[in-house]
Amino acid sequence: MAYGPHTTQDRALMLEAIGVESVDALFADIPVSLRSSGLNLPAPESEAELSERMRLLAGRNRVDLVSFLGAGAYRHYTPAVVDQMLLRGEFYTAYTPYQPEISQGTLQTIYEYQSLMAELTGLDVVSASHYDGATATAEAALMTCRATRRDRVLVSRGVHPHYRETLCTYFAGASLIADDIPLVADGPAAGTTDLAALERLLGDPDHPVAGVVVANPSFLGLLEPMAEIGRLAHAAGALFVSVAEPVSLAVLATPGEYGADIAAGDGQPLGLPLSYGGPYLGILACREALVRGLPGRLVGMTADIDGKRAFVMTLRAREQDIRREKASSNICTNQALCALAASIYLAAIGPHGLRDVAALGAARAAELEVALAAAGAPRLHPGPYLNEFAVRVPNAVAVHARLIGRGILAGLPLARLEPGDASLADALLVCATEVTAPAEIAAFAEALSAELGGSDVAR
Amino acid sequence: MTAAGDRLGPTLFERSRPGRGGGKVPHPPKDALARIPADLLRGAGTGTAARLPEISEPELARHYVNLSQLNYSVDTGFYPLGSCTMKYNPKINEWAARLPGFAALHPLVPDELAQGTLQLLWELESALAEIGGMKAVTLQPAAGAQGELTGILMVRAYHLSRGDTARTEVLIPDSAHGTNPATASMAGFTTVTIPSAPDGGVDVEAFRAALGPRTAAIMITNPSTLGLFESRLCELIDAVHEAGGLAYMDGANLNAIMGRFKPGEAGFDVMHINVHKTFSTPHGGGGPGAGPVGVGEKLLPFLPSPRVLRRPDGTFGLETAGERPTSIGRVRAFAGNTGVLVRAYAYIRAHGGSGLCEVSDDAVLAANYLKARVAEVLVVPFPRPCMHEFVASAATLKSETGIRTLDVAKRLIDYGFHPPTIYFPLTVEEAMLIEPTETESLETLDAFVEALRCIVAEAHSDPELLHSAPHTSPVRRLDETTAARQPNLAWRAMTGSQTPCPD
Repeated sequence: MAYGPHTTQDRALMLEAIGVESVDALFADIPVSLRSSGLNLPAPESEAELSERMRLLAGRNRVDLVSFLGAGAYRHYTPAVVDQMLLRGEFYTAYTPYQPEISQGTLQTIYEYQSLMAELTGLDVVSASHYDGATATAEAALMTCRATRRDRVLVSRGVHPHYRETLCTYFAGASLIADDIPLVADGPAAGTTDLAALERLLGDPDHPVAGVVVANPSFLGLLEPMAEIGRLAHAAGALFVSVAEPVSLAVLATPGEYGADIAAGDGQPLGLPLSYGGPYLGILACREALVRGLPGRLVGMTADIDGKRAFVMTLRAREQDIRREKASSNICTNQALCALAASIYLAAIGPHGLRDVAALGAARAAELEVALAAAGAPRLHPGPYLNEFAVRVPNAVAVHARLIGRGILAGLPLARLEPGDASLADALLVCATEVTAPAEIAAFAEALSAELGGSDVAR
Repeated sequence: MTAAGDRLGPTLFERSRPGRGGGKVPHPPKDALARIPADLLRGAGTGTAARLPEISEPELARHYVNLSQLNYSVDTGFYPLGSCTMKYNPKINEWAARLPGFAALHPLVPDELAQGTLQLLWELESALAEIGGMKAVTLQPAAGAQGELTGILMVRAYHLSRGDTARTEVLIPDSAHGTNPATASMAGFTTVTIPSAPDGGVDVEAFRAALGPRTAAIMITNPSTLGLFESRLCELIDAVHEAGGLAYMDGANLNAIMGRFKPGEAGFDVMHINVHKTFSTPHGGGGPGAGPVGVGEKLLPFLPSPRVLRRPDGTFGLETAGERPTSIGRVRAFAGNTGVLVRAYAYIRAHGGSGLCEVSDDAVLAANYLKARVAEVLVVPFPRPCMHEFVASAATLKSETGIRTLDVAKRLIDYGFHPPTIYFPLTVEEAMLIEPTETESLETLDAFVEALRCIVAEAHSDPELLHSAPHTSPVRRLDETTAARQPNLAWRAMTGSQTPCPD
């Protein structure tokens, strides 16, 4: 067996100590009618053969295109120190820190993660991690229902469609209601959450609202009037949930600043590889008053019996292994190593570095906007954005497919994720980050211009 | 553990000095943010940076290396944590998951750009279906608990699709993991707890009495959390089916039964698998894991979307939005914890069918050997052969010496071992759930028994030594009461003065 230490002699010794003839005897409790014999799977492979197989499979993916694709998962530069530290076996081969005396490494890093995220979000308390941005958003919405004892949340259409779908899956189980808040159709606020509609939805006296969920930047890349949304939510007795992107929080107003009660988001941009969707990092933060309804693990600072400072999992009475059916969530294993990656990333890049990452992305995006407009693809919405925006492209799906042939991954055809929205049928969602090179922007504009039948492109 | 006691160190925040660090990314133009209204910026545009630590890279490396050395891990030593399957995590799998073709692939690329990963996911689904005897598998759930939620939401969708709205109860044995009842609640069901019989199995008569038109499903962990195969399994599955309910298997303990027992063939309708247990993906200090779910015929239409498809031309793709309206929907943003699944796939290919059977055989052999040896020093309540883990009890030791399971566990740390799972399952007094896994050598297992023998002797000769254990760990027993009464959950300027920084 590939990784087992037992020799034939070891096995014989063990059988003798147990007092049975063969290992088959140890499976005697399996009813005869239920026994199966073996597995119909391929033969074992040596490490050399396996490594070749994995190399070939990885090679069948195309990661060589010039990419402007974001839409909830972002390319960034990750300092080399991040992965080197993650490869410490003491971190990645440990279990949940149930024995704090021999888990101070994991415990202190989780405490540091909670602290870093509290600073970034401007909120008081952060869970040790959730699965991803979508499930953290769903858990945040569930929190608002428990805290207010109401059964309905309002979710902006500007929240990532996959997050909204995940929230609906979670809500269906709990028999709770999630209603959409529409987006403004036209004018200067086009594409952002419709405040008049929000006010109407909040005013329904028969269906009081537990929480209002809005993303900033929105799925379409737009900056939302978060402070105003928070005021409307609170005036109706609802809690305000912000779905935030962590790198943007280096430069944008924080959930704490604009009055959010809970923030959810995905920590993937903080040093985690794209990895076709996971493992990512669900961020869930809240105000102090909500901490006892916060799902997921928490680590606190304390001291040992000698008075030495130490860290320990705490407020455990919220959790499934203690409270069972009355727990605030069933979450157990979370994404601890991803939270560690995010912490190392933040510590390595530092406060000014993180600001540079966000601001450089914004600068590159502005260059991209100019270049694409010149190539015949103007922005779809007029409002402010950070580093991601939608552009109007006739036959967007077909053009996107043809650009792949030219080595360009031209963002996301919005029709793929929002097939029901006619206003997004001919639009691409594109993003730039600090790793987007000016030459890549020029190549995109040139290829797009050629596809759209334009002549020369301003470079 | 090597002299780790001196490695307790300051937090990132205490190490921070203004002006340190930097040099990782280029600077943006000064006016990069000028186009954004000031009231939308952090600190209303005052330019206030987040108060993140400023640390040089050498200090950063030492910070994390020193912290890592405060941890016990599988790479450090024996980790017999019952129900957690702390087996060795092969290094080739770490290498494979980091190949740029896997790691740099965006989750929303068109299928044609993701053929390698999609093929891997499709083959992994097929392999897990074979191992579980299931019709189909979804790889989306991020962890076992999310797999449970996915499974129970499918059960709910199944009953509702038949217009059967009265099924509001999920039956769960009292020895189950806490995630089972917590999952039932999250999916909108009421939990009915079924007691255990004296032999450690489910009390079949109590179970039958609880069945009825309100029964949506039974959730059974098999082998159970006592490490025992549910010997009256056929009766349980038949009875729940006769009552119109479905049978859910918690596959947390799959490591015992690969190739010997296929839950789907035995009649289970749905099961989750913890790849971070059976398929050796690292536990990461509490994740990330992955919790694939296998289903039989009845639940096939309800699998979460999008499924991975093999198209008639041999290429692979994801279902498009709305392609299968019966689906319970999405359970997460993207396809799954793919980086984790790459590791699980590599593990399965390394072993092949014969190797995986050997994994389970060796895991059960090692557990039974260790059980026979531990019985020399502690009470082992269930005499019949165990599967991959077994329960020992310190109840007798406690009545003789006052030494509890907790004390034995903490003293094991001084002997260089990670303690077993303690006080679980809840059905055994002073329980110690011990799971050696198949990757520990005979010498290690023997050394563990000798440590337990010494500790039992100490319990009689010097009980105070055990009450105050551990003695050699970086910190000793913690004040958990104050931690909960006055929670300090994030660094603030004041914190340092209350509890002095160790350096």
